[in-house]
Amino acid sequence: MNPKHTLADLKPGETGVIKGFDDEELSLKLLEMGCLPGASVTMSHSAPLGCPICINVGGCLLSLRKEEAAEVLLQYINK
Amino acid sequence: MSDWYKHVALVGNPNVGKSSLFNQLTGLSQKIGNFPGVTVEKKEGVFNHDNKKILVTDLPGTYSLYPKSPDEQVVTDFLSHASTTKPDIILCLIDASNLKRNLLLFTQLSDLGYPIVVALNMLDVAEKAGANINVDLLQQKLNCPVIPINARTGMGLDAVKAALIYATTSSRPSFFQPEEFNPHLADELRTRFEVNNEYAALLLAHQYLNSNSISETDKQEVAQVLNKYQFKGKSLQAAETIRRYSLIHELLMGVLSIMPPPHPGWSVQLDKVFTHKIFGYVAFIAILTIMFQAIFSWASIPMDLIDGGFTAANNWLKSVLPDNDLSSLITDGLVAGLGGIVIFIPQIALLFAFITILEETGYMARVMFIMDKIMRRFGLNGRSVVPMVSGVACAVPALMSTRVIDNRRDRLITIMVTPLMSCSARLPVFAVLIGLIVPSGRLFGFMSYQGLALMGAYLLGLIGAIVAAWVFSKFIPQKQKSFFIMELPVYQVPRFKNVLQAMYSRSLVFVTEAGKIILAISILLWALATYGPSESMKSAETKVATQVAQGIITADQADGALASAKLEASYAGIMGKAIEPAIRPLGYDWKIGIALITSFAAREVFVGTISTIYNIGAEDDDTDTVKERLRKEVNPETGKPTYTPALGGSLIVFYIFAMQCISTIATTYRETKSVKWTAIQFAYMTVAAWVFAFLTFRLLGGI
Repeated sequence: MNPKHTLADLKPGETGVIKGFDDEELSLKLLEMGCLPGASVTMSHSAPLGCPICINVGGCLLSLRKEEAAEVLLQYINK
Repeated sequence: MSDWYKHVALVGNPNVGKSSLFNQLTGLSQKIGNFPGVTVEKKEGVFNHDNKKILVTDLPGTYSLYPKSPDEQVVTDFLSHASTTKPDIILCLIDASNLKRNLLLFTQLSDLGYPIVVALNMLDVAEKAGANINVDLLQQKLNCPVIPINARTGMGLDAVKAALIYATTSSRPSFFQPEEFNPHLADELRTRFEVNNEYAALLLAHQYLNSNSISETDKQEVAQVLNKYQFKGKSLQAAETIRRYSLIHELLMGVLSIMPPPHPGWSVQLDKVFTHKIFGYVAFIAILTIMFQAIFSWASIPMDLIDGGFTAANNWLKSVLPDNDLSSLITDGLVAGLGGIVIFIPQIALLFAFITILEETGYMARVMFIMDKIMRRFGLNGRSVVPMVSGVACAVPALMSTRVIDNRRDRLITIMVTPLMSCSARLPVFAVLIGLIVPSGRLFGFMSYQGLALMGAYLLGLIGAIVAAWVFSKFIPQKQKSFFIMELPVYQVPRFKNVLQAMYSRSLVFVTEAGKIILAISILLWALATYGPSESMKSAETKVATQVAQGIITADQADGALASAKLEASYAGIMGKAIEPAIRPLGYDWKIGIALITSFAAREVFVGTISTIYNIGAEDDDTDTVKERLRKEVNPETGKPTYTPALGGSLIVFYIFAMQCISTIATTYRETKSVKWTAIQFAYMTVAAWVFAFLTFRLLGGI
């Protein structure tokens, strides 16, 4: 189906595993916050206007914008 | 050889207690110098332990050996080159409450091949946050001494000293092998430039352009080698960081238990309310309303006390000091100026108390979260909410709080528009003018017209700020990517100590930084309003004396009449008359011109100046008296009241937009470090004030 899954594709409650990042500057920032490849992320909820979104990584809630989420590649999505 | 036994470099992340530890170790033996070639402060000190003398160099705080500022570059330069100043051992200070991030620097230091002693600070903070650290296991895994300390009390210091002297050099395996990613490159650089090891060579490859420790010809040679091996800095750095973090992750298994406390159910439930598409915004507006009601009503008590105290002190001084210019400088210049600074403290302290409470509870992050998309439409960013909201109390602390915005352009736009938010200093001006031109009736029986007008004034400021931000965003290019990656912390009960600390430190910054300028300008304005060309000042005195002699005014009224006449004759009066042609189209005469000039220091001065000009008397500058007097003021040309709705409206609009605040100008300069942007802000606000005041005057039927 969709050849490239990203964090932006997740619906609330869905989980994925981080594969890599499309943007280097973004990746360094996310790494500092503990978003490592192999970590599982759950989409928690989005802000009222659909952006930014809130994700759960290892018990920590992080917010990031939709277009930033689109640069976080996922291995697969677990509905 | 050297007169010390060992040379220790003290390294650590910023804000982990490095200065405290350095002071505890070296006491009064410190010497301050500079690192070679740069103006970064270098602190050295010695301590004696078991009859051995140890030299300690305190390096600037840094998160990693990939520097982002000249201060941080010093750390890499100092440690990675085979220089004569090379230390024998590193004392790495680690914040136990932020172990993962702090260990990143440790793994880099370790890869440089140094013996390391780890001092583990802030264990108590980590425990309070629910983290449990197995220090023995950490020591075993890091393969170096790990000593729990308290940098503030000095606990564990002797153990650190002993470890620094007796630590045996045990070799650790590298965390990251540069060869793995770029075979031969690091090796070639290492042999050619005599750096410590492969990792130091890799750092040289990344940073040779900014390094202060190699020559220009060497730099060209490095560039050639990099070219030969097609060195890709950015992606290699990202790969390195990923590798290090995943190793740290493995390393901490068994060492760190219950990493962050998991989000409890009630925190998730609160999020459902505070980030809800309707209740989220309702809650935000409700919290803001309560906050500002509290700021205005609670702050008014200490503000009245301060006002009363300074007035009393001033009157007392006037009664004991001889009647001359020096006394006038002390009383009306210095004491009044100081009063004008201190009066702001209650509002600033309260505002920051609220902001700290909202931050500590974790709510502020939710506000940024729900506001980001709306703010971005206007070239701002979710983080701009805090400064703009704070701007309603006072632009000075609001501009200081823009530092949370990491994107340069978003921060600049926020600084540019925040002073348009109607601050508390505009309130007295609005209060007088609205009371003057808006009838006191009520709409639907409960909403007063005057209250609605006041709300309208605040809304106009808000709309102005949003439109200005949108215009700026069209002209300022976005050079840097804007990110919105932020933690949404668990909701928490705020810590009282931190709230008090914020109230204290923000008030102190305001008094010491902005206060100096306010005081200087107050004294300058005092001089302008007190002195004038001697002839006209004399004729003002004669005029009043004649009027008293002729019985036109009584002796009781003479003091006030004299003050009024002197103000008209002073330099401020002359300036007021000089700007009259420019402000005539807005409906203002020279009397209002004087008030515009004096209220340039701070807007609320407008009320005091107006009361002096109209000879109301210094003791009676409460707003009701001023309003009564202004109502009776008659325009000599038309014979009708001067303060028509058109003039009042025009003045209100002028004060909404005009940058009538020297402290804000000073703060903008301090935060932007740019004369250009400070000037642009002043210019656009003044132009907007003039244009909109003019339109208001015309629309309300003024001629």
